[in-house]
Amino acid sequence: MASLITCPHCGTRPKEEFTIRGDAAPRRPGSADRDEAWYAYVYIRDNPKGRILEYWHHAGGCRRWLVVDRDNLTHEVFGVVDAADFQRTEAAE
Amino acid sequence: MRYSAYSIIKQALSGNRLWQPAWREPEPKPHYDVIIVGGGGHGLSTAYYLAKEFGITNVAVLEKGYIGSGNVGRNTTIIRSNYLLEGNNPFYELSLQLWEGLEQDFNYNAMVSQRGVMNLFHSDGQRDAYARRGNGMRMHGVDAELLDREQVRRMMPYLNFDHARFPILGGLYQPRGGTVRHDAVAWGYARGANQRGVDVIQHCEVTGIRRENGRVVGVETNRGFIGCGKLALAAAGNTTTVGRMADLDLPIETHVLQAFVSEGLKPAIDNVITYGAGHFYISQSDKGGLVFGAELDFYSSYAQRGNLQTVEHTLEEGVTMIPGLSRAKVLRAWGGVMDMSMDGSPIIDRTPIDNLYLNCGWCYGGFKATPASGFCFAHLLAKDEPHHVARFLRLDRFERGYMIDESGKGPQPNLH
Repeated sequence: MASLITCPHCGTRPKEEFTIRGDAAPRRPGSADRDEAWYAYVYIRDNPKGRILEYWHHAGGCRRWLVVDRDNLTHEVFGVVDAADFQRTEAAE
Repeated sequence: MRYSAYSIIKQALSGNRLWQPAWREPEPKPHYDVIIVGGGGHGLSTAYYLAKEFGITNVAVLEKGYIGSGNVGRNTTIIRSNYLLEGNNPFYELSLQLWEGLEQDFNYNAMVSQRGVMNLFHSDGQRDAYARRGNGMRMHGVDAELLDREQVRRMMPYLNFDHARFPILGGLYQPRGGTVRHDAVAWGYARGANQRGVDVIQHCEVTGIRRENGRVVGVETNRGFIGCGKLALAAAGNTTTVGRMADLDLPIETHVLQAFVSEGLKPAIDNVITYGAGHFYISQSDKGGLVFGAELDFYSSYAQRGNLQTVEHTLEEGVTMIPGLSRAKVLRAWGGVMDMSMDGSPIIDRTPIDNLYLNCGWCYGGFKATPASGFCFAHLLAKDEPHHVARFLRLDRFERGYMIDESGKGPQPNLH
């Protein structure tokens, strides 16, 4: 039920400590990119049914931004990483 | 069969043996002029108004579950038209006016109860915002009254007026708002559509949308291919799933919203009350159960059940507003999946694909919109142009910069 989230810095903590930003898939376009790219980034969502990566903020703990790998049909949590590590991995790929 | 006092007496005298099913269970025909995907409140009302107001009766409503199994039977049954913005207010007011005549119109007892909706405010700034909204409503010809603390106290003496952090300073009251028995809305529209020749097909799941030369020509279902002239999507929380079958990119996220009912109690809460310091809302059903809810669970979810944290949060808000609630027992809790749009307002529009029409983005305000949503969607399908009160509810408004952001929260769907 995703009532417990294992923060990579703080350990297993109750969901109440976190606030949720949303889908981690959209990539911020460059400031000179065309309006269409910004429109897609700001408004369009894949909205998948099943596994999804989301930005969560550990507001009641380390105050780090995290990326939670979760199933939005079963609410099972597969993993949590720091958002900085997530972006480094993304950039490496 | 037309329902009336006479029909009830006649059935009673014959031992209630002659009641007929309220709608047929037809096999799908090979082709319809209009296919509506989603047999919820909006899909059924669209079919009803297509047949009744616009004379289009070769229509099928495809429902993957059974009628009443989705959000139309999962909401907290509130109706109101207390919106501020021009893109919303006349639309929701049309809906409220349709609610007022609905039972006579579709000959079904939906228990429409205009018991009044009270929005409480807790600070000077919030009073100013509510006064502005009330003035906006009155300028649109909608009823709204700004009540002070003593006026609210006379109506609702059980509220916690002297809370240290969130004292109740007054409320914005819409007397014409209220509640409706939601199951009866689904059944009444299904029966009314069926009587006019619409096929309501249950347990028929759309698995694909067939296109030829860029035009939609029909749908693949678990009961075979069904051809259509126009295809109308009213799939609520599953809008993205269905839209993806036609490669639509949509400004929609799916979130779960929970609702609750207490054990049956003697009449205590006469109106609908919303808490201004949170998102809590409550009314009492005719059976005596307190029906209430609050915020989304905040994360993306397709599960029709919610999180314990939100259950606790909802009950804390309720007890803060009405301390006496702490003595009531919760009987049931459930969840529905919401098509949250990026500005908190709905979409009733054509799509870039020929013959494909879209009705979505109802967030958690879809129930009150059921009649107007169906009426305006039917208008769009029949005449290929938007109904004038729904002309702002466009799919491309995000791209053009014409959001209808009632709560001013920006493109953050879990906050609307």
